[in-house]
Amino acid sequence: MSVVEIQGVSKEFKGGTVALQDIDLQIEQGEFVSLIGPSGCGKSTLLRVIGDLIEPSRGAVTVNGKSARQARQDHDYGIVFQDAVLYNWRTVAKNVALPLELAGWSRERRQARVEEMLDLVELRGFADHHPWQLSGGMQQRVSIARALSFDPALLLMDEPFGALDEMTRERMNAELLRIWEASKSTVVFVTHSIAEAVFLSTRIVVMSVRPGRISKVIPVDLAQPRGTATREEPRFFELATEVREALHLGGHVEVPA
Amino acid sequence: MASVAVERPAERGVGVKRVGSRGVLLLVVLGVLWGVWEGFRAIGIHYGLTRPFTVDATSMPHIHDMFKALFERPNAEGPLLIVTLLEAAAFTAKEAALGFAMGSVGGFAIGALLAHSRMLQRGFLPYVVASQTVPILAIAPMVVIWFTNPNSTFHVTAWVAVAILASYLTFFPVAIATLRGLQATDHRAVELMRSYAANRWTVLWKLRFPTALPYLFSALKISATASIVGAIIGESPTSIAGGLGGAILNFAQFYSFQPQNLWATNIVAAALGIAFFLVVVGAERLVLRHAPENVA
Ligand SMILES: Nc1ncnc2c1ncn2[C@@H]1O[C@H](COP(=O)(O)OP(=O)(O)O)[C@@H](O)[C@H]1O
Ligand SMILES: [Mg+2]
Repeated sequence: MSVVEIQGVSKEFKGGTVALQDIDLQIEQGEFVSLIGPSGCGKSTLLRVIGDLIEPSRGAVTVNGKSARQARQDHDYGIVFQDAVLYNWRTVAKNVALPLELAGWSRERRQARVEEMLDLVELRGFADHHPWQLSGGMQQRVSIARALSFDPALLLMDEPFGALDEMTRERMNAELLRIWEASKSTVVFVTHSIAEAVFLSTRIVVMSVRPGRISKVIPVDLAQPRGTATREEPRFFELATEVREALHLGGHVEVPA
Repeated sequence: MASVAVERPAERGVGVKRVGSRGVLLLVVLGVLWGVWEGFRAIGIHYGLTRPFTVDATSMPHIHDMFKALFERPNAEGPLLIVTLLEAAAFTAKEAALGFAMGSVGGFAIGALLAHSRMLQRGFLPYVVASQTVPILAIAPMVVIWFTNPNSTFHVTAWVAVAILASYLTFFPVAIATLRGLQATDHRAVELMRSYAANRWTVLWKLRFPTALPYLFSALKISATASIVGAIIGESPTSIAGGLGGAILNFAQFYSFQPQNLWATNIVAAALGIAFFLVVVGAERLVLRHAPENVA
């Protein structure tokens, strides 16, 4: 059974923008799938459709074999946005614990899990800090810990590192891979960085704009686990070139960095 | 990872130093105000200024005389002025506190209700706003007649009627701030809640309400002082003599003989207003201490 199954999904917004057209995509357990494409090609829309944050105009989405709505109600996925979207009045620990609170976990279980999560994202010792005391990269790690806290089968990430500088981004990429391997979850990752997509993914879905379609799916056969050396392999460059060309064929002018 | 330690935030500078420099600033400001008053007074009297008003010992008593008056007896056999005024202030404070409480709760309820539904908002917000164009003195007789008639099954003592009048001034800022605050939520924060399948109440309690708190406190600060004003004004139509409103009317009558008494009363009234304000600031610090950027 696929974790995500998207069949014939289209999304037309009020006002006539066709954000998605005839999207078919299956994502298997343990995959790391990146959606890449020019701005406005519907990446975020597709992610929101998977998460049942918006409804498709046509087509069907199942998550873990259930309707997207049911999956959302069952807390089957965690989501990370470009901004960390932390609650300023809560400490780091309490931000991470928020979904657990809503799911009715006991205080002891919450505490234990929060500790575990903060270890995972290497923020042990910052539990009692407040979000505004952390750097952007640290905030985003808190938001990842929050998304993973209830152990969702699926992690949806919308340009989570888009606002970070290149150095921090590369470090976060490596950390995310480590977390992904440790948590055995499935990830759908939106990005507009070719290097990021190649480094992280097991599969890259290249999208084109107006209307938003899938123009190419590129399997990434770089060996796991990946590290700094991966970025210097010839195969890394070949794949990056392949993605770049696919983006060009998609018909947009600006090439993302 | 080593990088973590590097990013440790700087400690926030708090403590004796800041409080001390604030105290100095306060003294400087008070000193300047005192100098301006006494300077203008001296120049006015020396040159016989008649504009913007005639400056003399009656229109501008010495500041030290105002404070001195506090420790004198307006009537030979009566108590010290400060004793009378503190009793009056305590009475007015009681009215204002109840009015503040009623107005805040009512304002919050109205704001929350309006935030709940766009239709209610469109229908009722104009009337909420319009209510504030009716002066408190115009609604006072109605409040008195409706709520203090001893023959009515439901009636209240006069000071509670004053509190009701004070609440009329306090509910409005709170209602507007609640409405704004509850709607100030970041839409992605709402989406996040939705991803957790949170229900409406959970979103209200865990997200919208905490977001609204800083707005709410800004309004409560305005309301705190407004409640004093409302109580002072409300005392005259309800014929209450024992509060600051009564004292002001009384000393206004004898202004030409003892102007310093009215000024002394004003000082006490201002002090009461500041005290109310500071109580709210204290509560705000306590509640929002974890998010100092929210504290005004
Ligand atoms: N809520 C919305 N209402 C109307 N149009 C929208 C909405 N959200 C996105 N769009 C439009 O849909 C298209 C795809 O948007 P989006 O999925 O955010 O693109 P991407 O994330 O790839 O940059 C864009 O043209 C955008 O303007
Ligand atoms: Mg987007």
